Amino acid sequence: MTQKKTVGMYESFVRSGQPTRATHYCAGCGHGIIHKLITEAMVELGLQDRTIIVNPIGCGVFGYYYCDCGNVGAAHGRAPAVGTAINRGRREAVVISYQGDGDLGAIGFNNTFQAASRGEHMAVFFVNNATYGMTGGQMAPTTLVGMKTTTSPFGRDPLTAGYPLHVCEVLNQLKAPVLIERVSVADTKRIMQARRAVRKALEIQRDGKGYAFVEFISPCPTNMGLDSIRAAIFCMEEMEREFPLGCMRDNSATAVPRAPVAPAPGVEAFFAQSERQHQAPVAEADEAFKEQRLKFTGFGGQGILSLGICVAEAARLEKRFTTWFPSYGPEQRGGSAACSVVVSGKPIGSPAVDRPDVLVCMNQPSYERFAPDVRPGGLVIVDASVPLTMPAPAGVRVVSMPAIDLSLRLGVPQAANTMMLAALAWLEVTGLRSEHLLAALDASFKKKPALVEKNRLLFSEATAWLERHVPAEVRG
Amino acid sequence: MSVHESHTVQPELPRPVFDADECKGCGRCVAACPKQCLRLSGRLNSRGVKPAEYAGEGCTGCAICFYNCPEPYAITIAKP
Repeated sequence: MTQKKTVGMYESFVRSGQPTRATHYCAGCGHGIIHKLITEAMVELGLQDRTIIVNPIGCGVFGYYYCDCGNVGAAHGRAPAVGTAINRGRREAVVISYQGDGDLGAIGFNNTFQAASRGEHMAVFFVNNATYGMTGGQMAPTTLVGMKTTTSPFGRDPLTAGYPLHVCEVLNQLKAPVLIERVSVADTKRIMQARRAVRKALEIQRDGKGYAFVEFISPCPTNMGLDSIRAAIFCMEEMEREFPLGCMRDNSATAVPRAPVAPAPGVEAFFAQSERQHQAPVAEADEAFKEQRLKFTGFGGQGILSLGICVAEAARLEKRFTTWFPSYGPEQRGGSAACSVVVSGKPIGSPAVDRPDVLVCMNQPSYERFAPDVRPGGLVIVDASVPLTMPAPAGVRVVSMPAIDLSLRLGVPQAANTMMLAALAWLEVTGLRSEHLLAALDASFKKKPALVEKNRLLFSEATAWLERHVPAEVRG
Repeated sequence: MSVHESHTVQPELPRPVFDADECKGCGRCVAACPKQCLRLSGRLNSRGVKPAEYAGEGCTGCAICFYNCPEPYAITIAKP
């Protein structure tokens, strides 16, 4: 005596209350048919102990009560991301993402699209019943034009709700997927085709060949407002007109199984590597060191951020505590740019500098915006091109220096920030030694050694200009 | 004849075995059976629906009813 019976599901389902042997699906629902096809293929291919199903939000949410294999519940639409994590971490796993049209086609479509584009090793089983089942029959991305749902009571109007989303066709634009097929569970012939597609998708997983996507046209008698038989007929007659069945792609014969992955380096190895690269000096506490709070401002492209990095690097070389904190707009060039640097003899609480001791301004808007914030006794260094349209706060010194003009005259228009660095050194306002500022300047051109000498020359030209034009009592 | 009397079916022939209480009465198996040897019972099961049952003869053991059935445990096909 042999039997044909359901395999790969629990003998009874323990949800709440008494165990049951029935699903929570409505009479005539396609989900149960699809579950049976999946678990049958899983068992017959010998994959039960390797399979992890990522369950969706939607009617399919309770898959973990039924399928006797590994199960994970994902946040709405995020099954592909969870599946990605699983198969990156457990390469032996056969990952199945089981999702409906609301989960996959609406809230989670980008997750779906990106996972498909990356060719993640997973079988995605997409149940398209043209409606949001669990929440009570609202319009889905896959709802047919003219189809009435609770949120399209006069029928889906493409003028306001757009057209049904053809997920397979969209994914078929991508390079990576190995299998893309649309099947149906509306009648026996279609169920048998679906059975073959499920098996193919799982074989692709078994062989580590990549991403397999199977869409099922599935009846939802309750929300279609039809009995089981008519709902199945609706699938065949109405839904298939919009969503034609067929295999859009099957590269399983030529797809290359994934190679074994070299073990990832451990944390120690990673940091050992970065230690070698940086040889970071460790900051030393020095209560006597007066904390300096600096702000560098201008527009993007003037080297504002790298000037700040240079000062922070000098502080690091001098074993001071330091932070560098950039702030800039969305523009890559031309927007306003600023960064804050703190140099201290003790651990720094906040890298934000609201009241700077030293402010460097490379353009007029930044002078007008930040000069009023400088602490009494502080210093503002402005480029000479900035008109001093308003006086600095009482007790704040202002040094105007033609950094942009000098760098232009010396033929290196990008180096106005080097001039400003020279000014910081000559004015002795950072608390850092000039040799360290120069060493940091050299280090900033580590990848362009030809510029090291040039910037050193600019640095000394700027120093000479300061000697000639700025009274020494401004220093310190 | 009801499911509860299925032992009266000749045991050496293939046949569908229904668990009447797991059936939701959707009728997909009845519509799908190529031999038209299934029907909905005249009696209600514990769910309050009329479950599918085997008419008693004609089954070839093709399992088409099994694959059309959305429930895991409502139909099993016995094949001698």
